[in-house]
Amino acid sequence: MSRSLLRTVATPLAAVVFGLLIGAVLILSQNASPITAYSALVVGGLGDADSLLRTLQKATPLIFGGLAVAFAFKAGMFNIGGQGQLLVGAVFAAGVGFGVDGLPMVVHLPAALVAGALAGAVWGGIAGALKATTGAHEVIVTIMLNFVAGNLTDWLSANPWKDNSGNNIVARTPLVEDSATIPTLGAVPVGFVLALVVAAACWFVLERTTYGFEVRSVGHNRNAAQYSGIKVGWIMASTMAVAGMLAGLGGAVESLGVDGRFEAGVNVGLGFEGITIALLARANPLGVIPAALLVGLMEAGASRMQFKAGVAPELIDVIQALILFFVAAPIIIRWVLRMRADNSEQLQLGAGWGRS
Amino acid sequence: MTTRQKQMLYVGATLIVVIAWTFYTADGPQTTAVLAGTVRAATLLVLGAMCGMIGERSGVVNIGIEGQFLLSAFAAFTIASMTGSLFLGTVAGVGMGLIMGWMLAAMAVGLKVDQIIAGTVLNIAALGLTSFFYDRSRSLGMGKYTNIDLGPLADIPLVGTVFFSRPPLTYLTMVLLVVVHVALFRSVWGMRTRAIGEHPGAADTVGIDVLKLRYFNVTIAGGLAGLGGSYLALEAVGTFSRAMSGGRGFLALAVMIFGRRTPFGAYAAALFFGFTTALQNQFQLNSTFDIPPQFVGMLPFVVTIIVVALSGLIGSMRDPAALGQVYEKG
Repeated sequence: MSRSLLRTVATPLAAVVFGLLIGAVLILSQNASPITAYSALVVGGLGDADSLLRTLQKATPLIFGGLAVAFAFKAGMFNIGGQGQLLVGAVFAAGVGFGVDGLPMVVHLPAALVAGALAGAVWGGIAGALKATTGAHEVIVTIMLNFVAGNLTDWLSANPWKDNSGNNIVARTPLVEDSATIPTLGAVPVGFVLALVVAAACWFVLERTTYGFEVRSVGHNRNAAQYSGIKVGWIMASTMAVAGMLAGLGGAVESLGVDGRFEAGVNVGLGFEGITIALLARANPLGVIPAALLVGLMEAGASRMQFKAGVAPELIDVIQALILFFVAAPIIIRWVLRMRADNSEQLQLGAGWGRS
Repeated sequence: MTTRQKQMLYVGATLIVVIAWTFYTADGPQTTAVLAGTVRAATLLVLGAMCGMIGERSGVVNIGIEGQFLLSAFAAFTIASMTGSLFLGTVAGVGMGLIMGWMLAAMAVGLKVDQIIAGTVLNIAALGLTSFFYDRSRSLGMGKYTNIDLGPLADIPLVGTVFFSRPPLTYLTMVLLVVVHVALFRSVWGMRTRAIGEHPGAADTVGIDVLKLRYFNVTIAGGLAGLGGSYLALEAVGTFSRAMSGGRGFLALAVMIFGRRTPFGAYAAALFFGFTTALQNQFQLNSTFDIPPQFVGMLPFVVTIIVVALSGLIGSMRDPAALGQVYEKG
């Protein structure tokens, strides 16, 4: 392992360890054994083919959500709108998935995925375009769009697209057609493979293309980028659209590969976990994969942890917050590990709600 | 305010009174219900907005208000249910708000963590901790805060019910509006606070300890959000439930911007947002209107987006100059 890679990995790794240690104290406070709890967590996430499948399924939307935050980060923007982008992606993918029939899978499945991706792109693009044209801060706009998306998807799944089979009273769409269902190959959901490919593509675009260079330039120094002739407004708007597209794809994969339909309230919170993932990955698209696998494993194993050790599954949320805290404040870890300061470590977004 | 703005304010206020009165004569109980609901929803929003305002006036963005609400509501509810005292619960809620404010200050001012990320940490931590420690079996045996009639004022039709027959924390909030206004715009503390938000370098030169004042302000502001959490658990709802703040901490930020970071402006904005919430609730209870509740529910958020977009275009709604920037003593 090269020295620079070691340095890059050290902080998130230490953050995970610290998070788990404090989590252990919480487990003790509930009169449970941390060792039993954590081993149940790992067995529940990796123990057999079923649990592995669950881990990969949980990790898939986290990869997309993490990418949605990481991609925007690269242009110096904070996308808290993953939740809303994911919701519209999920409902529109489901809409195409159940609303159209008689198509072969090679047409139907991609069409449903594209519908979800486009819906997400529109949702993220609104925030980006407003930022570029009026300076409206993307954090406020994306948070507000989350609520709008929540209401819109509620309405769609409770009214025009409601599942009227049997005596269903839940706000949900009908099941998607088989031709729009993402298959599973053994213990590997195809959606997970798609997530890996998309993560690699994000890395390639950001690191090996002119567009990616422009995105990173805008992220490093907006004024310098402007001065060197980069169309900063366009980069900001398009970056947010791409970010929204990534989250929308995550929602589409949830609808088409995991839930088989869109149901209001099922995906709540998924979009926000992307923030933890992206920070844990230091906004690196490839780093998103191990980060998402780690959190996915914890989520897959949480119910076994509750069953075996009697620890509430919400402990996972606390550990995630702790990890996020230690990643965001690397100074604490550096102090404990006696590491030297490194300027690249601190993520800085800068803020201000209006013009910036 | 310019003369023109003042004129518009008077015209607007008169219009609101006329419209309210017309509706009241047409359907008294429903108008009263909607307007009382408006004040109820506005109280939480304006407390959050004042918390955000004090932070931002000092140059620190606080997007952790949502988490501050939630954890304070949890503390208030838990202590109130353990001790059987709503007052002690309220104190616990405010105390938790102060602790959360201090944590935000420690991260954003002390450790120089990006302010937006620091706030996000608070939000995620609050959701996780409250869900983890949530105990379903707890309840408020004594019930929530009840209305106190302010003597003859409460007998005024409509206005009396809406403003002068409220539970105690709502009155306290109205008092705090005046206190924060005076403190921000008429006191030395307020002047210094605004100075470190606009030009920390200059403030430093004249001997103001920028970091110390930011620390203090963000912590104190947390107490206001903590009162908001207590209000939510002990006065508005009367119990605690998972994620009960429901995004209103974020909405409070929009209220703050809408109200131009002034307490009275924020209260006006909060009343407007509260009105849309109350209207939505009324729509759900009453099916005379055929508007899906989800679309009414979208309204405050769509309005916020428009307001934030416009505030970028209109120069008069400008941010404090040093907002969001880490201050390094030079």
